[in-house]
Amino acid sequence: MSGLNTETIASLREPLRKGDIDTFDIVNDIKRAIDQDAQHVQPLNAYIRFDMDLIGREIEESKARQPALRDTLLGGVPIAVKDLINVMGGTTTCASNILREYVSPYDATAVQNMKRCGGIPAGKLNMDEFGRGSSNENSAFGVVGNPFNRSKIPGGSSGGAACAVAADLAIAALGSDTGGSIRQPASMCGVFGIKPTYGRVSRYGLVAYASSLDQIGTSAKTVADGALLLEAISGHDVCDSTSAREAVPRFSEYVGREIKGLRIGIPDEYFGEGLDEEVRNCIHRGIKVLEEAGARIRKISLKYTRYAIATYYIIATAEASSNLARFDGIRYGTRSVETDDLIDLYHENRSKGFGEEVKRRILLGTFTLSSGYYDAYYLKAQKARTLVQRDFHDAFREVDLIVTPVSPIPAWDIGVMVDDPLQMYLADVYTVPVNLAGLPGASVPCGRTADGLPVGLQLIAPLFREDEIFRAASVVEEGFDAV
Amino acid sequence: MQYEAVIGLEIHVQINTRTKTFCRCSTEFGAPPNTHTCPVCLGLPGALPVLNEEVIKKGITAGLALNCRVAKYSIFARKNYFYPDLPKAYQISQYALPINGPGRVKLVRPGGKEKWIGITRAHLEEDAGKLVHDEAPRGPSYVDFNRCGVPLLEIVTEPDIRTPDDAYLFLTAIKEIMQYTGVSECNMEKGELRVDVNISMREAGKDSYGVKQEIKNMNSFANVKRALEYEIKRQTRLLRSGEVLTQQTRLFDPNKNATVPMRTKEEAHDYRYFPDPDLVPVVLTSEEISMLREELPELPDRRRKRFVEEYNLTEYDAVNICSSLSTANYFEEAVRDYKQPKKIANWILTELLRYLNEQKIDIDQCLVTPAMLKELFDIMDSGVISGKIGKDVFTEMMSSGKRAGAIVEQKGLKQVSDTGKLEGVVDEVLSEHGNVVADYLGGKQKAFGFLVGQVMKKTKGKANPKLVNELLNQKIGGSDDLEQ
Repeated sequence: MSGLNTETIASLREPLRKGDIDTFDIVNDIKRAIDQDAQHVQPLNAYIRFDMDLIGREIEESKARQPALRDTLLGGVPIAVKDLINVMGGTTTCASNILREYVSPYDATAVQNMKRCGGIPAGKLNMDEFGRGSSNENSAFGVVGNPFNRSKIPGGSSGGAACAVAADLAIAALGSDTGGSIRQPASMCGVFGIKPTYGRVSRYGLVAYASSLDQIGTSAKTVADGALLLEAISGHDVCDSTSAREAVPRFSEYVGREIKGLRIGIPDEYFGEGLDEEVRNCIHRGIKVLEEAGARIRKISLKYTRYAIATYYIIATAEASSNLARFDGIRYGTRSVETDDLIDLYHENRSKGFGEEVKRRILLGTFTLSSGYYDAYYLKAQKARTLVQRDFHDAFREVDLIVTPVSPIPAWDIGVMVDDPLQMYLADVYTVPVNLAGLPGASVPCGRTADGLPVGLQLIAPLFREDEIFRAASVVEEGFDAV
Repeated sequence: MQYEAVIGLEIHVQINTRTKTFCRCSTEFGAPPNTHTCPVCLGLPGALPVLNEEVIKKGITAGLALNCRVAKYSIFARKNYFYPDLPKAYQISQYALPINGPGRVKLVRPGGKEKWIGITRAHLEEDAGKLVHDEAPRGPSYVDFNRCGVPLLEIVTEPDIRTPDDAYLFLTAIKEIMQYTGVSECNMEKGELRVDVNISMREAGKDSYGVKQEIKNMNSFANVKRALEYEIKRQTRLLRSGEVLTQQTRLFDPNKNATVPMRTKEEAHDYRYFPDPDLVPVVLTSEEISMLREELPELPDRRRKRFVEEYNLTEYDAVNICSSLSTANYFEEAVRDYKQPKKIANWILTELLRYLNEQKIDIDQCLVTPAMLKELFDIMDSGVISGKIGKDVFTEMMSSGKRAGAIVEQKGLKQVSDTGKLEGVVDEVLSEHGNVVADYLGGKQKAFGFLVGQVMKKTKGKANPKLVNELLNQKIGGSDDLEQ
């Protein structure tokens, strides 16, 4: 018998509204599934904390605050949250030792918005430490497994989010995406994941990795759920200067709409060397589905794509080096030892508090911002970023949507790329340009490899045109459901 | 060989806003530690800055008053360094593209000689917290983040200053401008104005620069002057003895009246400035800038000139009256319906300021309003009381807040202007001091003053001095020289 944990937001709203079930019932079923998974020889380890007391309190508070909770957009559905997003009263560890016991005194705006729409924050999800990684192997709380093959990675950095949603350990989840952190794990775990336009969702309360690239988004079992949850968390926020004053459409209304005449561009540069053949075939089948639904497919060129990885890793690490500087263990977080000397204290706390990948990126970023190197790296990267943006801008004069693979390869074996960070960085090749351009992008499942590993198709839209993504994604979703 | 000093200043002025630069916490001074804090100014994970518009407005106002070129496009940058008073481990400041570009400020030396000092830039930034070290050896250190995020304007000058006196005058000019424009109260005790100086020596007349020494964090103009005087002597002595100076950061120790090398543990800083991605560029239109320009109040220089022209003040009095905005306002209000403004100016600069200094209070806290001071002058002018009694009445006004008229009435201080009454007293004095009268008649002019004094003494100062003079003259004749 499958529990309520296997349901979706859309399917739970009605019974919740009618009072047939209660949020507690859903949470209990999720908890049972998590406990059951923990018995496995290779647990998925999707959560850092799933604190029943805390979740119970959230449910009670929501009911007290909103008498009409069951009539809200999310109707009291529990939503898991990546542990990089602050939820008041519980720990926000960022999967790092340095924040292992850190309790946030405030809710992120996205969490507040979600609560207002009847979403209940339920559990904090595992991830790559501070969002730095593409495999979820860089967590102080252990590696996360891929539900389709537990010896494979789930992708990262929102690996816990995709994994939990795919394995029915969550109904849906909030994640964050700096260079593909929602889309790539969604692709590898066979769920829908969307990173909206930069500025669509407030970053207030999202622990910053790379401020100019970070964006909160959703991981969900269906396109419709992704749309509902994104609708709930979006909107301008006075607490985030970079948040957009754009009106938020009812995204869910675009799910299931026809796409006749939609112009879809296929960029040559995303189908070149390094793309796994099976992945290529899946994407082509996805394109076929779209074409059969009436979309007009045409080839386009995004010629600056080849600079995207270098550009991304310079900008992201530079910003990260500064964003992570505040974690010194002095005011909060883990203070490793007592020393007499201030500089020693910084060294000790940070050396012990951060993992290898985080340190690598701090060092890279510190280097590229150093005087004498700034112009050659950071400034040049900003210029290249403008070119990447212009590339997309030009392309969107001819097409409404761009379709590409999400990851050049399906989920790989845990451990194989740990010693080859550069190879891992290159796996982000199709996702990072979207962040550099601030565009909305999503991964929607489009079949599996012979080994049964999911493959995601990436949909990229112009700024603030998430509606187009939802239209097309629901067509792809339906096409592969039928298969 | 003759050396000359090359001096540049960096002045941090606290901008007077109700809330901090990037959050809504209060900027009020003196609250219990860490009570004016929030996730933003504490730099908690995930918190983001949002720029306070008032900071921009006041920053531009300051720039306009410093004759700066105000940038239509400016950005905030992160200045990265580790220190426990800096919770984000970076200070949000401006580096490339500051809000105010080059400008200049005039200083006026005593005697009226003017000199323009170039302003390199005047940019906005946030203040850091405050460290409090326990006095016990190896005791703990505390940090108070109330000040963290309070807005500052950093004014950087060109190396245009040549003497400690000019540095002092320049700082005074900056303080006046900031107060006049309402940008800052520049309260030195509260640390609202802090100065770093750069000074090097070079052969007089040369264009090249010597090796500069930086003296950091002074909050008194007098100390800046003393520090510069010390540095000039120190550096000149070293250069004369053939030593090669190395660039150094020093601190001024007022007790030793000397600068001392700063303990530099952190080595050379590389602040790794880069544009803060959490903030958007500040974009201004010409109209917005013009509007602020139109709203600029009258600046000290203009006001001084006007006071000389309109109220006939001497240059010296005008400089002193205008050196504080509140004093200048006080003066102007007091003389609004008064025909001899110079007299009131003198009174303010002597009696009023002396009293304020003694009581260590501000003119704004003074119990005597400008209108009350004017009333006192009206009473003195009408001859009801003498100037001497006026001073006593004034002191009483300052301490009690009572009106001059009421004090004169209550204490019976009205001048005796009754000729008959005074004549009796004069006669008494003349008969008591026959020898003095003789001296006077013998040509000793000073003796007349003595007799006037005796009459005043007998009337407890209430006699109308003019009348006393007249009466004495009538009785012992002769002198036209009426002493007052």
